[in-house]
Amino acid sequence: MKTFTKIGALATAATIALTGWASAETIKIGVSYPTPTHAWAAGMNWHAEKAEERLEALYPDVDLILVNSPDPSAQASALEDLVSVHQIDALVVLPFESEPLTDPVLNVKKSGALITVVDRGLSQPGIEDIYVAGNNPELGRVSAEYMKTRLKDGDNIVVLRGIPTLIDNERFDAFMAEIEGSGINVLDHKHANWNRDDGFEVMQDFLSRFPDIDAVWAQDDDIAIGVVAALKQAGRDGDGMFVVGGAGMKETIKGIMDGNELVPVDVLYPPAMIATAMDVTVSAFKSNGPVAGRYILGATLITPENAASFYFPDSPF
Amino acid sequence: MTETTMSTAKPSMLRGFDLKTAGPAIALLILCVIGFLLNPAFLSEGNITNLLTRSAFIGIIAVGATFVITAGGIDLSVGSMAAVIAGVMIIVMNSAVDTFGTGVTTVLIGCGCSVILGLGAGLVNGLLTTKGKIEAFIVTLGTMGIYRSLVTYFADGGTLSLNYDIRGVYRPVYYDSFFGLPIPVWVFIVVSIAGWFLMNRTAFGRYCTAIGSNESVAKYSAIKVDRVKTLTYVIQGLCVSLATIIYVPRLGSASSSTGVLWELEAIAAVIIGGTVLKGGYGRIGGTILGALILTTIGNILNFTDMISNYLNGTMQGLIIIVAVWLQRGDWGRNTSAD
Repeated sequence: MKTFTKIGALATAATIALTGWASAETIKIGVSYPTPTHAWAAGMNWHAEKAEERLEALYPDVDLILVNSPDPSAQASALEDLVSVHQIDALVVLPFESEPLTDPVLNVKKSGALITVVDRGLSQPGIEDIYVAGNNPELGRVSAEYMKTRLKDGDNIVVLRGIPTLIDNERFDAFMAEIEGSGINVLDHKHANWNRDDGFEVMQDFLSRFPDIDAVWAQDDDIAIGVVAALKQAGRDGDGMFVVGGAGMKETIKGIMDGNELVPVDVLYPPAMIATAMDVTVSAFKSNGPVAGRYILGATLITPENAASFYFPDSPF
Repeated sequence: MTETTMSTAKPSMLRGFDLKTAGPAIALLILCVIGFLLNPAFLSEGNITNLLTRSAFIGIIAVGATFVITAGGIDLSVGSMAAVIAGVMIIVMNSAVDTFGTGVTTVLIGCGCSVILGLGAGLVNGLLTTKGKIEAFIVTLGTMGIYRSLVTYFADGGTLSLNYDIRGVYRPVYYDSFFGLPIPVWVFIVVSIAGWFLMNRTAFGRYCTAIGSNESVAKYSAIKVDRVKTLTYVIQGLCVSLATIIYVPRLGSASSSTGVLWELEAIAAVIIGGTVLKGGYGRIGGTILGALILTTIGNILNFTDMISNYLNGTMQGLIIIVAVWLQRGDWGRNTSAD
């Protein structure tokens, strides 16, 4: 067994030496993330590909290797390959799950590569050199802050939540904390699983149950689409009713640019964060400034004024 | 093996007949009373309409599943099948806009495409099961994965959205009413009646029951077993395509999260309704009640904040088990252990 690995290592080393000779100075950066199976992840995939094109055109000596994996164990193997086959100098990783990928990422770090973790933290601190993530509590807080500017004491809202997870709790708790004391009543909150169909059905039931609703916090753009369909079906989409989603889906942003009154704003949780992470990682090799550290992106409130800068019509999300 | 299934299926069918027929209806009635007590708005016209319309998807699919299960098969691919059909319908309609405009023709092309795909997908499941001699569970587990990944591929991982102009033409199919009932409910009613007739008044229905009871005996009785079994999957496919036709105009989109777990909901509806999972006995009427019960559970849970959101699945599971126990339990009688 041991001899085999040794032979394998020798062979790899030989190949690397050969290819390395051809392009001695290439900076190789592996980018690993889950295979896109929902719209947000598809948007992330699109932005990663765009960033790859842009960065490789900008720096001919940078080689970005994009790999997506369908499950945590496949991602762990992909990370091993990035080290053994490609001998990467840096890794940008959006872990499928924190727990099972902590060790594999640690192994990549031991090979000497710079580690950038995106969106989902690892379960052991101090592994990553760079951390880039959206801000879930801030998404909830910014949404609540907007609600407060539009609503007054005694107004009623309903809340549709995502899939029961830590992300959902962080958003929801921050929203409730910000709403507290404003006199706005949260009639009830139900899980709509970040899904259009569930958003539609949960909202239908809220509409049957509560005759007086002034606004809806849908937390997510997909849920918001279902909510809007239910409001229109019940004919309760007028009278200043509004829905606040979240993420930054292109259709939603287009609507905001066009002055849609039912969904007047959106709160950003951008799939493009992978591009930010890739930029920062490349900067680690190119910039004369220090880059290591934690980058927590803002949960920007997207309004008609700033919507254009968040609109990517070619992205799938 | 086959002998024992025969001997247990038969007496229970005779003994518990009344309870079996009434069980699902009683369960639904109890649920409605609970819903009304929690919030009188439960019985408002709007909510009842929502409930019935929502049940239509699972209900129509479950009518098809009743045939498959009665004939001793199982189809796990229906949810993914619905998603991929919805996706292809949207792609076809969007691309037909250039040639046929945004009128009724385009919508009809979409619907036609849905029916062809449904029949085709059902035929594939059926032939692989009968001619390919692979267990239905494995065949449909395979096609489930294939269809689910196909829709993800077509949508490029994202969401397929129907052209907004066609949406205007197609939208009434879900949202409009006809004699006070939404159109999806009418489709559900028609499918149910057709299904009931096929199951209870035709030779085909009796063949399904016979095959599900004992396939070898059915074969010796000159029933074309393979043909009948394949047909049950084709019927299932047709039902899925009809459900998809009324699903697409609701939100005008399809993604990889469309129709997730519909197969299990459909199977649950069939079993709650009194059909035997191992085949040989099927009840269309029960299936319809089963679909209504499943939708009502979800609806009631949205009507109350007494139960933690995290326990929704627990409540659903409990009610499903109790509903089936109501009709299977030999309560009051001596269980004749054989």
